[in-house]
Amino acid sequence: MNNTFQLDGEEIPFTPGQTIMQAATAHGSYIPHLCWHPDFSVHGSCKLCTVKVNGRFGSSCTMEAQPGMEVENRTAELDDKRRTLLQMLFVEGNHFCPSCEKSGDCKLQATAYELKMMSPHFDMFYPDRPVDASHPDILLDFNRCIMCGLCVAASREADGKNIFAMGGRGLLGRRVHVSSESGKLADTDFAATDRAASICPVGVILSKRRGFVVPIGRRTYDLAPISAQVTEKAP
Amino acid sequence: MSDTDMIDAVLDRHHHDGTRLMQILRETQEQLGWLSPATLTHIAKAIAWPRAQVEGTADFYSFFHTRPLGRYRVLWSDNITDRMLGNTDLLEAMCKKLWLEPGRVSEDGLVSVDVTSCTGMCDQGPAVLVNCRAITRMTPARVGEMVGLIRSETPLAEWPAEWFAVDDNIRRKDILLAHDLVPGQALAAALERGAEKMLAEIKAARLRGRGGAGFATGLKWEACRSAAGHGAGAAHYVVCNADEGEPGTFKDRVLLTSYAGLVFEGMSIAGLVVGAKKGLLYLRGEYRYLLEPLESALAVRRDAKLLGKNILGTDFEFDIEIHLGAGAYICGEESALIESLEGKPGRPRIRPPFPVTHGYLDQPTTVNNVETLAASCLIAAHGSDWYAQHGTEKSTGSKILSVSGDCERPGIYEYPYGVAVRQVLEDCGASDCQAVQISGPSGMCAAEAEFDRKIAFEDIPTAGAFMVFDETRDMFEVARNFAHFFAHESCGFCTPCRVGTTLVRNLMDKIARNHGSPYDIDELFKLHRLMQGASHCGLGNTACNPIFDTLNKFRPAYEHRLMSLDYEPAFDLDAALSQARQMTGRDDAAAHLKNGAEA
Repeated sequence: MNNTFQLDGEEIPFTPGQTIMQAATAHGSYIPHLCWHPDFSVHGSCKLCTVKVNGRFGSSCTMEAQPGMEVENRTAELDDKRRTLLQMLFVEGNHFCPSCEKSGDCKLQATAYELKMMSPHFDMFYPDRPVDASHPDILLDFNRCIMCGLCVAASREADGKNIFAMGGRGLLGRRVHVSSESGKLADTDFAATDRAASICPVGVILSKRRGFVVPIGRRTYDLAPISAQVTEKAP
Repeated sequence: MSDTDMIDAVLDRHHHDGTRLMQILRETQEQLGWLSPATLTHIAKAIAWPRAQVEGTADFYSFFHTRPLGRYRVLWSDNITDRMLGNTDLLEAMCKKLWLEPGRVSEDGLVSVDVTSCTGMCDQGPAVLVNCRAITRMTPARVGEMVGLIRSETPLAEWPAEWFAVDDNIRRKDILLAHDLVPGQALAAALERGAEKMLAEIKAARLRGRGGAGFATGLKWEACRSAAGHGAGAAHYVVCNADEGEPGTFKDRVLLTSYAGLVFEGMSIAGLVVGAKKGLLYLRGEYRYLLEPLESALAVRRDAKLLGKNILGTDFEFDIEIHLGAGAYICGEESALIESLEGKPGRPRIRPPFPVTHGYLDQPTTVNNVETLAASCLIAAHGSDWYAQHGTEKSTGSKILSVSGDCERPGIYEYPYGVAVRQVLEDCGASDCQAVQISGPSGMCAAEAEFDRKIAFEDIPTAGAFMVFDETRDMFEVARNFAHFFAHESCGFCTPCRVGTTLVRNLMDKIARNHGSPYDIDELFKLHRLMQGASHCGLGNTACNPIFDTLNKFRPAYEHRLMSLDYEPAFDLDAALSQARQMTGRDDAAAHLKNGAEA
């Protein structure tokens, strides 16, 4: 049998060992996702990339492609589940798009537009989350954190620094720890040139003094929807 | 000794080994009361781990405190069975006497009082943990006395010894609890047979995992045995899962109290079969009081040449180490348990690969339930033919049930597989029984119409919990208690479970406040459908089971709380069960809601 599988009826080639997500991305097909990044090891936490394989649900970022698989992706059922997951992510944090520097470049926002999420649906949790402005070049605003773990992976795998780690438990406990006794980024050797400084899919890790360098309306996902920008060299 | 010297002594004892972080943190906290930022920095440096990672482990587990919680930390077990025994009033009385709010530390830093998930004392509750030591049978009088002892800062060692007494309450013995093996007998038989024949015997006995999932033990051991170790630390490991966290389950507590030798012997047999030299017993933090007795039992076995090198005069080498957990239900999931054994937060791994090929320290590992390992001794000693005579065709042997709730004789009941629910209810003295929650919150809620069903893998599989509710109990409140449990125990890794369990809890609280509507019931079903398919592990997948079950079987308990019923839900419950009907090959009248369970 050929090394291909069906993604919503479209034939997708893969090399053995590739996940469904890797193969789809290489082919230019969009499977919604937030915590997956082509350059880093798989986290598998956001569950936006949940697909249905031969009738069973699974994460496309962790599931290896197999010849002849029939994968459902952008079906009404799955997009409905994804919309609910997005709503969950919006209400568990404090997301105010109009005042967020990341607006237009934010994957959470772009995915919500893609999936036509019209309201947060659930009651907001309004958690009490800290802002860390201690670092001279970088601002951390954990209000927007979606627990994707990409900063942890980038700092460990690309920067070799281990500045961040996921900790805590449950909805209110789960958080990103900064590796210093004070918990402040200024007390680590984090640098604005670190890969981790530019990896955040939402607006937690921001460079200081760079507000509105690109005006609203000309940002990444203002120009084209996220589904039309599938590339293995994700930003 | 200064704090630093004390921490260094702990670190030395554990060879500055980061994979032993759980034990390092626990022992440090036992002496210092909490884990301060400076303590964590010191430990991180000593084990050469990133500090954030050490902090990540420390604040994952309920029993590690990264802020001071008082010199006396009282945690009330908050399972539904503790509730039924009146723990809420007792907790309130205690807080009143101490001028405390639950969850807050007293101004003088003396004491805090809070709730915790089921501590496994359901047959002798209401139970508390004081500085991680178990106390059973709380009464108003005991609350008063305890407040006095706390106020006078009396050390725990001087508290009345009978408070710490934990009874076995064994009510019915079958082949396992009534065994007549002497120490070493089963292991000698296994050694005589050799690893391959012993494995064949386990397979022929058709032994299946007692932790609930019922995976074939022989297949698991075989997969582990045939997997190659990796790299410099190539080895095989046996892990005994004694993280008995499913609310209502306490049979492993009794096995480890009075049958520890059998459990250790089962681990040794597993070690022989899979080719392991080391076994790890992961003991839940709630059973901290069992650590010293278990260590002594290990020492006795080493002296008797049943552990260590040249076991029973052969060249078989095997030893066992005990790791304590620190209050996290999720660690009962085998890959989360392994993460915890390695000093990390208990987050279930992405699978595959499975632990049998990539487990503890990335090496082939078999993780088995306490009861499964004990049962393997019977097969070693008596053979598979004898063993398979007990139980049913698909469920051989016996099952230990932990019976609690509304019955005259709560405790431990061992039956051959295939026993009817009704039989257990009769034996434990349950009259006017409305429902039984079998296998805990993640299991199933059986109503009267199902009492003739059998405890067996082919009918009602169970990890052992058997919580009885009589006609006076409000099944909505039972489900709400379980919703709170899952929200508290969700590890927070994946979106659907992290947010979903809390949304479910909030919806249940809303209905409890008489603010619910049929819309909220629909929302519960919607969340159930999402979490069941999309969650990372079994916790999220099963978290809505108790709600789904009680909504199907005890819907009036919900409906009488709703503000209005004048709205027909779009969701068709009966249609939603079509898949379940298909899977079980049933389409008779009783398999449909209108004619069956709901009537």
